[in-house]
Amino acid sequence: MADARKTVMQHPQVRDYWIAVDCGFPQVGEVFEECVYEALTSFSQAEMDAYIEAARFLGKMGRGPEPILAFLEEWPSIAGTVGTAALPAVMTAVRALQKSPNSAAIAPLLQTLAAVARRLQSQDQLQAYLDIALDLMARTTGSIHGRHATFASPGLPGLFRQAPRLLDLLPLAGLKNWVDYGIRNYGRHPERQAEYFDLGTADSRAVLQRERRGTLFADVERKLDLTLRALWGDSDQLVPYSTAFHELRQPVPYYDKLGLRVPDVYEDRAGVSGLDRYRAVLAHMAGHRRWSEAQVADNWSPFQRMAVEFFEDARIDTLLMREYPGLARILLALHPQPLEGACDSETTSCLRHRLAMLSRAFLDPDHGYADTVLQEFVRRFHGLLAAGPASTAAVASLALAYVAKTRRQSDQYAKVHFADTVIDYRDDNRQLWKFIEEGDEEEAFDEPRKLEPGEELQGLPPRHYAEWDHRSQTFRPDWVSLYEALHPAGDAAAIDRLLQKHAALAKRLKRLLDLVKPQDKVRIRYQEDGTDLDLDIALRSLIDFRSGSTPDPRINMSHRTDGRDITVLLLLDLSESLKEKAAGSAQTILELSQEAVSLLAWAIERLGDPFAIAGFRSNTRHEVRYQHIKGFAERWDDSVKARLAAIEPGWSTRMGAALRHAGHYLAHRQADKKILLLLTDGEPADIDVDDPDYLRADARKAVDELAAKGVTTFCLSLDPKADDYVRDIFGSRWRVLDRIEQLPQTLPQLYLQLTR
Amino acid sequence: MTDKQQYLVREEPFYQPQANEVALYEAAYAARLPVMVKGPTGCGKSRFVEYMAWKLGKPLITVACNEDMTASDLVGRYLLDAGGTRWLDGPLTTAARIGAICYLDEIVEARQDTTVVIHPLTDHRRTLPIDKKGELIEAHPDFQLVISYNPGYQSLMKDLKQSTKQRFTAFDFDYPPAELETAIIARETGLAEGTAARLVKIGGAARNLKGHGLDEGTSTRLLVYAAKLIRQGVDARDACRMAMARPITDDADIRATLEHAIDAAFV
Repeated sequence: MADARKTVMQHPQVRDYWIAVDCGFPQVGEVFEECVYEALTSFSQAEMDAYIEAARFLGKMGRGPEPILAFLEEWPSIAGTVGTAALPAVMTAVRALQKSPNSAAIAPLLQTLAAVARRLQSQDQLQAYLDIALDLMARTTGSIHGRHATFASPGLPGLFRQAPRLLDLLPLAGLKNWVDYGIRNYGRHPERQAEYFDLGTADSRAVLQRERRGTLFADVERKLDLTLRALWGDSDQLVPYSTAFHELRQPVPYYDKLGLRVPDVYEDRAGVSGLDRYRAVLAHMAGHRRWSEAQVADNWSPFQRMAVEFFEDARIDTLLMREYPGLARILLALHPQPLEGACDSETTSCLRHRLAMLSRAFLDPDHGYADTVLQEFVRRFHGLLAAGPASTAAVASLALAYVAKTRRQSDQYAKVHFADTVIDYRDDNRQLWKFIEEGDEEEAFDEPRKLEPGEELQGLPPRHYAEWDHRSQTFRPDWVSLYEALHPAGDAAAIDRLLQKHAALAKRLKRLLDLVKPQDKVRIRYQEDGTDLDLDIALRSLIDFRSGSTPDPRINMSHRTDGRDITVLLLLDLSESLKEKAAGSAQTILELSQEAVSLLAWAIERLGDPFAIAGFRSNTRHEVRYQHIKGFAERWDDSVKARLAAIEPGWSTRMGAALRHAGHYLAHRQADKKILLLLTDGEPADIDVDDPDYLRADARKAVDELAAKGVTTFCLSLDPKADDYVRDIFGSRWRVLDRIEQLPQTLPQLYLQLTR
Repeated sequence: MTDKQQYLVREEPFYQPQANEVALYEAAYAARLPVMVKGPTGCGKSRFVEYMAWKLGKPLITVACNEDMTASDLVGRYLLDAGGTRWLDGPLTTAARIGAICYLDEIVEARQDTTVVIHPLTDHRRTLPIDKKGELIEAHPDFQLVISYNPGYQSLMKDLKQSTKQRFTAFDFDYPPAELETAIIARETGLAEGTAARLVKIGGAARNLKGHGLDEGTSTRLLVYAAKLIRQGVDARDACRMAMARPITDDADIRATLEHAIDAAFV
């Protein structure tokens, strides 16, 4: 390879710089002149010298041509956004990398630095970004036996490569958290760490989602639900779609039979908060659902359909603002204001632009557009809506008239004017159309959705719970997907037979229950006002009075009720091991559990405490099933018994998510004492977890969280070897039952003891 | 003898009939049938009873029930006196003696053992036995018993016994339809109809949330409060927040939704 130093530059000034850089890479020689010309347009002499000096350093590091190439090409534009004063900081970072085993990361750092600088916009921010990167370097650069730094940080190149995309989605504080999470969880695992920082793992994306800037759907879901209900009297499932990983085509809100689809995050825009943007989307879709009728699309051209959509959307918005005038502020702020004449109709298709202007003019009385056709149609539009909500068909014919009147040859051109024509709070209007014939170019949205065999139609969407990772002491966000459903029903008579078998036990229990039953009335004496005259005190007061001393006026007595206020949720572990025969008994653990639960349910029903039963099992973190057997409001009747009879064990025991979900129901109950009674026959385990301590630690964490919410968790374990771990999980609130065949007696008695 | 005059309703209360309830009440009174008025809080139950008492020209004795109230709070009790003990009539006894309309407001708040004392007054006997005193009071011919309760807050503990329910004729009240409610607020407070309609709109939004985190929607009474605040010169949004959002919930999400409704309702 020829030494590029010998290349002779044309321009004398460039030649001097080239000699100063003293670089032998031919690739650099090819672009050097161009880079210098670009730099010369904006840099002062001193800045220019610093630029050349830094390039010289990068070229002589012995790390190949990439660093100097990236620097020469990118620095002028970086300096344009954050200023040349940022150079020392960048060079300090480069030197730090150079001195550590991480010099391979210098090229990625410099290659993405321009894109990063564009997103950060200031020197301070850039400094903070570099600090985060250097912090990552310091904490993940490995050493063997603590002697010497030898291994490069596996995650650092990935971080630099992904930095532009990360900073698109995250504020710097979020980036810091994302990096911290990666270090804590994968600090000692080079391959996983590299994957994490290259956005290759599921939790990398999940943490990213959690830290995103803007208003996250997950944080405001309930507010949105309430808004839809309160303002629009409408309710449906709200389903978020992801916006993080679509770069070419951003999805648009829409609704279909399965619910209203909205983006998973909204940033503030045009002075409208993310929450209000969500509300605008919901309002618009609710308006369509209330006022729009599907139109037959077959006979209309794509242009005509586009016009009808704009007109219909404007009609919906007008009606929304009529209903709630205050919405105008939000809608008008979000609606683009296309400039009249921004589109050149000689070269470009302007229909979108015309329609966007018209749409603005329909909504905004101060639109200020001079076009006479536009003004005529604004008049006709408002005339149409003056008397009432009009109809989709009526505005559609107005839209067709508009298209006919303003048609231009250039509308057919391939180059379309898009600027300022996208109205982002509107949905994609797929529900506005019906197709009589299946066209070959149309996407058929109305086709019945085919269900894969085995896919369940009913049931709620999954609820995500975090899981505690004891090794890194962090929560893995949205780690477990929990599906809840009503337990299928079986034969209620089976449970009645079980209860009959225990008739003698039931009789004994009944006596016990009568003792615990709230003794309702307690007498309170010494009351000034009360139900009854307390004769003893009254006489004493009278004697006092007659004998001249001050009488005690508290001569009445009254009663107060002494009730119990306890809510209980019994959570059953329905894992595979329930099928096993209990030691020393002919029955399976399942049958014994069913007997015990029936007796307990019967007993609690007699006591009158609000009481629910649910079961859970898991099949990896992607599928935790939580099944309702009895709700708080349900009576202990045949439908509940039928569900209890139909219990079918299977899969594993992922306890944490089930505890959290059960706790969330209990936490919403009004009661002095809330008890979560867990009946299990083994320790937490699942087939996707090798480390037995992991799920234990998570269960322990879940129990702590519940305690903080005022829910007492008590575990009755049927595993004779449980002593090893129940104490870790449940503290002092547990009991191990050695003789499982006694479960039917023990469970109700245990409950009575607990609640005495 | 108790002064009957003090219980008379002197000025005509404003009451806007929603249907033929006034005529029905007059018929029930003519037959001296006990009356039960059901409906959510602040929808005009008490106003209606007050209005009827004024229209019939009868004294009205109102008792607000609570769970510490005992039978003796209704019937009467012995008090200590210079000469020993002295009997003091309770409001129910007073009403039965002077021939007033006795109005037990929110009767379910009282405990069930308390409510049974009204039983003998509400059937053909029309008597009130005072066992502590050994006296049997024959109710005055003008006496009538009216109770109100709110079936809305669904505590299983707080429901009337069947034996109590089946002694009454009943009116079912609800918040009036939007136009009527607008007219009521405008008439009651002198607020312009347009603004009153906005208040009703926000109230409707809150009522949609009943059962989804709100136990009760915004009552007509709160709408009237908001209107009064606006008449005092308070900014409409502030008035709505003060009278219609903050009082009814402590739930941050619901309050945010109501505030959004308030912002959306006013330009």
